[in-house]
Amino acid sequence: MGRYIVRRLLGAVVVVWVVSVITFGIFMIVPKITGASPAYLYVGKISTPAQVQAVEHNFGLDLPIPQQYLNYMSGIINGRTVSDGNSTSRCSAPCLGYSFRKNLAVTDLLQSHFTVTLGLAIGASILWLVGGVAVGILSALRRGSFFDRVAMIIALAGVSLPVYFTGLLLLTVFSYGPSWLRLVPDPTFHPFGQDPLLYIKSMILPWISLAFLFAALYARLTRASMLDTMGEDYIRTARAKGLSNRKVISKHALRAALTPIVTIFGLDLAGLLGGAILTEKTFSLPGLGALAVDAIGLQDLPVIMGVTILGSMFIVIANVVVDVLYGIVDPRVTYK
Amino acid sequence: MSVPTRDVVDGTSIGAPEAASAKVIKGRSLGQIAWSRLKRDKIAMAGGVVIVVLVVMALLAPVLCKLLGVDPYAFHTDLLSALSMPQGKLGGISAAHPLGIEPLNGRDILARILYGARVSLTIAFLATMLGLIIGVVAGITAGYFGGWIDTILSRLMDIIYAFPVLLFSIALLVIVSGIDALSGGVARIGILVFVIGFFGWPYIGRIIRGQVLSIREKEYVEAARSLGAGSGRILFRELLPNLVAPILVYATLTMPSNILTEAAFSYLGVGVQPPTASWGQMLSDAVNTFEIDPAFMIIPGLAIFITVLSFNLFGDGLRDAFDPRGGR
Repeated sequence: MGRYIVRRLLGAVVVVWVVSVITFGIFMIVPKITGASPAYLYVGKISTPAQVQAVEHNFGLDLPIPQQYLNYMSGIINGRTVSDGNSTSRCSAPCLGYSFRKNLAVTDLLQSHFTVTLGLAIGASILWLVGGVAVGILSALRRGSFFDRVAMIIALAGVSLPVYFTGLLLLTVFSYGPSWLRLVPDPTFHPFGQDPLLYIKSMILPWISLAFLFAALYARLTRASMLDTMGEDYIRTARAKGLSNRKVISKHALRAALTPIVTIFGLDLAGLLGGAILTEKTFSLPGLGALAVDAIGLQDLPVIMGVTILGSMFIVIANVVVDVLYGIVDPRVTYK
Repeated sequence: MSVPTRDVVDGTSIGAPEAASAKVIKGRSLGQIAWSRLKRDKIAMAGGVVIVVLVVMALLAPVLCKLLGVDPYAFHTDLLSALSMPQGKLGGISAAHPLGIEPLNGRDILARILYGARVSLTIAFLATMLGLIIGVVAGITAGYFGGWIDTILSRLMDIIYAFPVLLFSIALLVIVSGIDALSGGVARIGILVFVIGFFGWPYIGRIIRGQVLSIREKEYVEAARSLGAGSGRILFRELLPNLVAPILVYATLTMPSNILTEAAFSYLGVGVQPPTASWGQMLSDAVNTFEIDPAFMIIPGLAIFITVLSFNLFGDGLRDAFDPRGGR
């Protein structure tokens, strides 16, 4: 098991590394094709060619691309000193570069925006896990009932609704609707540290819109998985032994039925931690996704690189964690 | 795949008189069984009908607009209030503009929804096809040949899975916008198709690989091989026909997710560029005005919702119909 985890972690490092090479390469090479100097990506449109050259030189953008990549990578391990010609800043390890647009180290930017995304993901995932899985189990146990039909129609509608549309609808009704429905009259974001109560109020609608999408998905998955399990021979055996319905479900069916849900949950959560772009944009939350979209708009390459690498790190780590957890939840799985 | 009977082999008709009197048992192919099941699934068929209607509407958008006397590009600022909001109830719904007009510039919403359907369905369909072709070829190759080919292709799929796809695609779309040769309308659609399809192929790739792993050991494949069939023949004449069901189901269920992706790109401002109409972009425009004019936000949202829902309904039905355990 220990060896398995080590091997998987090494594999994960390789995948993140490849993602970093591809991201770096594309964002370095494409501007070359378009004829625009990557210096523009760092400091925006500058007027004279001499200035562009100066910036290129200061950032080491005139070095060969592999050398630039090495510098970037060594920054992650050793930190680096960055200068735009006028001011010099020390960017301590792990240094993912420096955003001259925002005058901040990328690592600091990532940190401050990550807390917002984390709050969004945790709140929403609690809602959707509780709601989606419960509805899925009940639907499966009462297959064909009125509850099942209504729940599955709502779930199918839920997976077909774009998350930003749900968000805008919620805002229309609960923030700008008739006064008696105006439960969240001020939808602007308030940091948790400032005022926890206002924070929760400002996060309710984002949590619900994000959770609704996933709850719908999880209700469908749980129902399908539960129905599959209930059709297995060992469930019939358990019943034949004379176990009560409750015991059959809680002791035999649930564990097997929920194992695949654990896997999917790990991957979905990891995906969200890299930034819930659409939800964050709709509700103007200053999370990683919003940071990235802003950075893309400003062509702030170091920030784009940082968010991409962080996002892919979450995904590969989640992959490893999920596979290890799988072995703990499901005794049939062995590691080689 | 049909097993020759003795009658055919020795060319005589010993069994013929009995066969004529016995009750004829007609063999049905998997496709026929699935179709008969699908026909009985009213909800799935309803989804299918809506899809057909949507496709026809998209194809005939210019004709429909002419018939209704609406134009997706004409401004009607005279119909706007002093605050540039549509005059009248529900976003300016009137006989001349059945779904109202846009705030700020007064373009007809119905016409833009119809033209938006073309963009949305075209991009989603082409991206699905692209993902399907790469995914099926890669999946079959990885599953059938195994070994190092499988290792390379599987790792490649892992890496694409590890990409924060939405984020990466947005960044890519912004960068590519800088290339002059690719800034035209058709080129933009091409890029969107490429980005959506390219990041989508590993999903079908994995499914197909798994299927191939299980059927490549089947007797009929072995039989074909022992008759001297080459890899190409086995891949495309023996394996591929048996993969039609998962491919069809996957394609129908990828359409809605691609429609959502295209809409998300447009919502974030990196999809097709104005004045080309697109649903996601209408929603994005509506963000600034929906407190006052919610109709302009609700209509394109509903268009996306209905389209995606129909594909999901039909895809679900198709999957159930092809499911060998789903005997009803």
